Amino acid sequence: MSPVLEIRDLSVDYGSLRAVHDVSLTLEAGEVLGLAGESGSGKSTLAYAATRLLQPPGRVPSGEVRFKGHDLLALTEKQLRALRWSEIAIVFQGAMNALNPVISVGAQIDDVLRAHRPGLTRQERTNRGRELLSLVGIPIDRLSAYPHQLSGGMRQRVMIAMALALEPEIVIMDEPTTALDVVVQRQILGQMMRLRETLGFSIIFITHDISLLVEFSDRIAIMYGGRVVEEAPAAEIYRAAKHPYSQGLLGSFPALRGPRRELRGIPGSPPDLRSMPTGCPFHPRCPQAMDVCGERMPSLDSVDERRRVACWLEEVHV
Amino acid sequence: MTFLLRRALFYLITLWAAITANFLLPRLLPGDPVQAMITKLGGRLNSDAMASLYVLFGLDEKKSIWEQYVDYWGALLRGDLGLSFTFFPTPVADVLSQSLPWTLGLIGVTTIIAFLLGTLMGVYAGWKRGSWMDTLIPVTTFLSSIPYFWLGLIAISVFSVTFPLLPASGGYAAGLVPEWSGEFVGSVLEHAVLPGITIVVSSVAGWILGMRNMMVTVTAEDYVLVARAKGLSEKRIMFAYAARNAVLPSISGFALSLGFIVGGALLVEMVFSYPGLGYVLFQGIGAKDYPLMQGVFLVITLAVLVANLLADVGYLLLDPRTRREG
Repeated sequence: MSPVLEIRDLSVDYGSLRAVHDVSLTLEAGEVLGLAGESGSGKSTLAYAATRLLQPPGRVPSGEVRFKGHDLLALTEKQLRALRWSEIAIVFQGAMNALNPVISVGAQIDDVLRAHRPGLTRQERTNRGRELLSLVGIPIDRLSAYPHQLSGGMRQRVMIAMALALEPEIVIMDEPTTALDVVVQRQILGQMMRLRETLGFSIIFITHDISLLVEFSDRIAIMYGGRVVEEAPAAEIYRAAKHPYSQGLLGSFPALRGPRRELRGIPGSPPDLRSMPTGCPFHPRCPQAMDVCGERMPSLDSVDERRRVACWLEEVHV
Repeated sequence: MTFLLRRALFYLITLWAAITANFLLPRLLPGDPVQAMITKLGGRLNSDAMASLYVLFGLDEKKSIWEQYVDYWGALLRGDLGLSFTFFPTPVADVLSQSLPWTLGLIGVTTIIAFLLGTLMGVYAGWKRGSWMDTLIPVTTFLSSIPYFWLGLIAISVFSVTFPLLPASGGYAAGLVPEWSGEFVGSVLEHAVLPGITIVVSSVAGWILGMRNMMVTVTAEDYVLVARAKGLSEKRIMFAYAARNAVLPSISGFALSLGFIVGGALLVEMVFSYPGLGYVLFQGIGAKDYPLMQGVFLVITLAVLVANLLADVGYLLLDPRTRREG
């Protein structure tokens, strides 16, 4: 496998506060990379910064995002606009507010085609719109519907159809199913994975629901306080998470399959950007905290070929 | 469609209520129009003249209130609004039809200009938040906070007294006869410049501020972020996604302000002695000219109703969420 997207040492500041610290992640071709963490862990900020969608006062002071030999952060606006959606599309929380309420969904799909495929005729664009809707299982006569006439699940499917309009290389899904009920969640994600197999794109899947990631992603990176604290194949995270935070996160969600486990949750609340703890940001909530944890930040080191962990416990084991 | 029909029915009922109130209010006042006329002319009438005035106003027959109401509707439908005292013996309908075009022309056009200009500036100011456009807002707000008559008087003193560039009062140069000639139209435009500009200056701030703030709110919506992620052009995102949604509250405000064109003309036309409806109302109030005042109020009521209907239709066209299907 070869990497399609490489994030190198990316940091994000909001004013004088650092929301993301030197994060490096690689997305391999055709894989689903899960990005998990509580609210405020920096997972969405990281994705928006990497795609240059960060709104002021958000700022990227350092880092690099390699895509097809370019650094996305160094492209001009024009180059970037040509690349948006045709190479990297984003599925937002479509069930909520990601669709323009006063324009029909057909027109919103049409928008993309008109901006990126100026050669298409009106008829060709309409046909493509119908094709995309049937791809996600929506009756094609809904092309002229407005977002408020569709259910939450249908809106999310429209969002997916729109993301696939230009057959992108990468699809970023930011909490794509958070506002939907569990049954619809699984239908939509299952459909997305089947589409990925036929169309062959890579996915970055951002959610706080780690049980979904365990089920649907190949690799999971767990973020805490703006840093990646553990990164490993999904099955290994599920079977034997190394970082106490990953363990806590896994213990907070019921798994749909597998043996019954006790739900534990994580005591305390996520750290405040304005008053980050010294040392490892997780140590005040960590059940296995040691003296060193409050003093120095552990680095994200490879434990084996496929796993990286940032925890003093690992250093001790070595 | 049923929605529009239901709205239309609602407007008809409102219209009926307004006209009935317009009929009842003067009749609740003490005295009668002839008394008012007698007071105005101050003892210069003999008893025969008074008696004929009572006949002229139809007050000699001692009709019941119900009969008067029926007569009132009959007269109204014939376009007969009675005779004006101020411009006696000109019928009120004639006074109104002479002054209404001036008001609609001046205040109507400037209200539309102020709305378009202010909204467009608001779109840019909200989109490019923190740019030089933001410094415009305190300036325009300051200008709009000046009481209108004061602003008008300053404009007259500067631009027609100190520097006599523009005429200070009237709708056209004295001595001209209203007709479709280049000279007359030119004179009308020249006379409209000063009142027109002062109206725009004093009302544009509200549109800028309202639109800018809605733009700022809407720009934070997810669908604007999606539009950006889609790689659409800046113009397309700004107008089709941000401004298209942000303009909705301004549209209803605009429709309401159209309704106030007729009523709001009072100050402007007083300051500039403009021959419109507001100036006529001003004269009518001064002379206790009840038929004329009633006529003006009727026009104002109709204008507000029409403006509301426009707002309803405009909203139906612009916001699909207000349409009720099935």
